[in-house]
Amino acid sequence: MNAEFDNNPGHMPPPDHLPPPGSPVLQARGLVKRYGRVTAIDGADFDLRSGEILAVIGDNGAGKSSLIKALSGAVVPDEGEILLDGKPVAFRSPMDARKAGIETVYQDLAVAPAMTIAENLFLGRELLRPGMLGTLLRCLDKPRMLAEATAHMQSLKIGIRSMKQAVETLSGGQRQGVAVARSAAFARHVVIMDEPTAALGVKEGNMVLELIRRVRDRGLPVILISHNMPHVFEIADRIHVHRMGKRAAVLNPRRISMNDAVAVMTGALAVEDIPPECHA
Amino acid sequence: MTPFLERFPLVRHIGTLGPLIALLGACLFFASQSPRFLSGQNFSLILQQVMVVGVLGIGQTLIILTAGIDLSCGMVMALGAVLMSKLAVDTGISVPLAILCGLAATTLFGVINGLLVTKVNLPPFIVTLGTLNIAFAINQIYSGAQTVTDLPDGLTALGNTFSLGDVAISYGSILMLLAYAASWFLLRETAPGRHAYAVGNNPEAARLTGIATKRVLLFVYGLAGLSYGVAAMLSVARTGVGDPQAGQTENLDTITAVVLGGTSLFGGRGSVLGTLVGAVIVGVFRNGLTLMGVSSVYQILITGILVILAVTADQVSRKGR
Ligand SMILES: Nc1ncnc2c1ncn2[C@@H]1O[C@H](COP(=O)(O)OP(=O)(O)OP(=O)(O)O)[C@@H](O)[C@H]1O
Ligand SMILES: [Mg+2]
Repeated sequence: MNAEFDNNPGHMPPPDHLPPPGSPVLQARGLVKRYGRVTAIDGADFDLRSGEILAVIGDNGAGKSSLIKALSGAVVPDEGEILLDGKPVAFRSPMDARKAGIETVYQDLAVAPAMTIAENLFLGRELLRPGMLGTLLRCLDKPRMLAEATAHMQSLKIGIRSMKQAVETLSGGQRQGVAVARSAAFARHVVIMDEPTAALGVKEGNMVLELIRRVRDRGLPVILISHNMPHVFEIADRIHVHRMGKRAAVLNPRRISMNDAVAVMTGALAVEDIPPECHA
Repeated sequence: MTPFLERFPLVRHIGTLGPLIALLGACLFFASQSPRFLSGQNFSLILQQVMVVGVLGIGQTLIILTAGIDLSCGMVMALGAVLMSKLAVDTGISVPLAILCGLAATTLFGVINGLLVTKVNLPPFIVTLGTLNIAFAINQIYSGAQTVTDLPDGLTALGNTFSLGDVAISYGSILMLLAYAASWFLLRETAPGRHAYAVGNNPEAARLTGIATKRVLLFVYGLAGLSYGVAAMLSVARTGVGDPQAGQTENLDTITAVVLGGTSLFGGRGSVLGTLVGAVIVGVFRNGLTLMGVSSVYQILITGILVILAVTADQVSRKGR
């Protein structure tokens, strides 16, 4: 398990491969997830193409987080299939998805507040000491984790002085920075971000957008869930509109207006009434 | 805690300064009350008195760090102690083999606790309340409620002492210190140790980052069981008998030591070294009050007050976050 993650986040790793832009990377067909009587995902389809930033928008409770949890192994769907590079995959746990190179920033960040930034960056895939100390006793290589955490945060221009600070001492925006940095550091295939700019001020929000662009330009496709329409329209290549547990439409942000996109999202505008060139 | 204080390694490792100050204050107080308190011999005695609770407290700390609690530790230890001594006396198997059987039994109990917590998803409080009674009953049935006496020398060897200057130190207290060093290393320097903290601090985050949280918990409960077995060895060595009634005060004393040591009952924060300090605080109070001639009922009263103060401190500092 260790050798597999023995990469160097200080210098972002290259993605596994660069498929031709526009080819399908991560797809889902007919996903269903029920929680008791609530159907959080109701036959949802999904398509992420290589090299793109795909925004996912939808009302509160539309099922966006549930969808990406299914795509990242955090929940196991009741029905439907997920394809990675066209091949069916079955993620039983978040670890399975991580091993396939899919990294996720969850809406509630998934950090351990009492632990340090460096520890949080490497949580679940700590760097181990070389030799017997690492393989047998699973001893941590703390100096290397600290150095790489510092280098990585610097390369993302996230201004935090000490990697030994507990995450709970950080501001909301800085915490978000840590979560985003963690996913950017380890992703080799797909990055998923659930509301990464929600708690951020204007400056920090733009920083994260810039970071998302940089990740895309490295060749990694990004799924971005956001309620912030200006952000979505600024950065997205395509917009997946989620409504009542399923995909309602995929829109082209360069053709459709922000108002019409929101109208589709809320159901005020029927999908059939949108001009064809607005679809993507 | 101020950044200035955090620069001192000892303070950082224990997590809070409170327990150390309390210990120091208690020592100063008792030194002023009794001339016999401040001697190497007396401190060696205190170490011997706390070694059983101290080693039990290691397992208790591990479990509390994962936001659990173990009410069964004292009873499991007593079962291990009786098993070791009865096997050695009745069946005549060698002492190391008898000890090994005792360690295996307490570890098994820990693993059973862990399985019930992880596979059946029961709260640790309820699970260990059950195993507390089960271990106690098995112990009474197995021993016929009779204390096992006439133990072979090997079983009590840890109670022997060696001289350091004019102070006699027991091998048992050295074993306790070694057990603390090992668990401190495990928790601070290894991946499984950090995962135990993460599981206690934010279980869902730990799961989402790919930590096998159930495996971590099972490991923690099993290891705690092993520490109860080591405590059983110390208890047998210290008392010279296998006592089926042992472990009853130790059970809650471990929780007292953990809490006094600054480990949060909410999980994810604290350290095993804090528990050592906490156990020594309890020992110092018992010892000092005895030297002052205070009756044991008042000692219990005072330890009770100490625990409530410590839990209050934990609660208050949690609100501050
Ligand atoms: N673990 C769960 N147990 C029960 N119901 C759940 C669970 N997770 C989600 N749901 C339900 O599924 C539905 C979709 O929730 P989800 O969190 O996916 O929405 P969302 O689109 O991400 O909303 P938001 O924009 O508020 O983040 C909601 O009705 C929610 O109550
Ligand atoms: Mg959501």
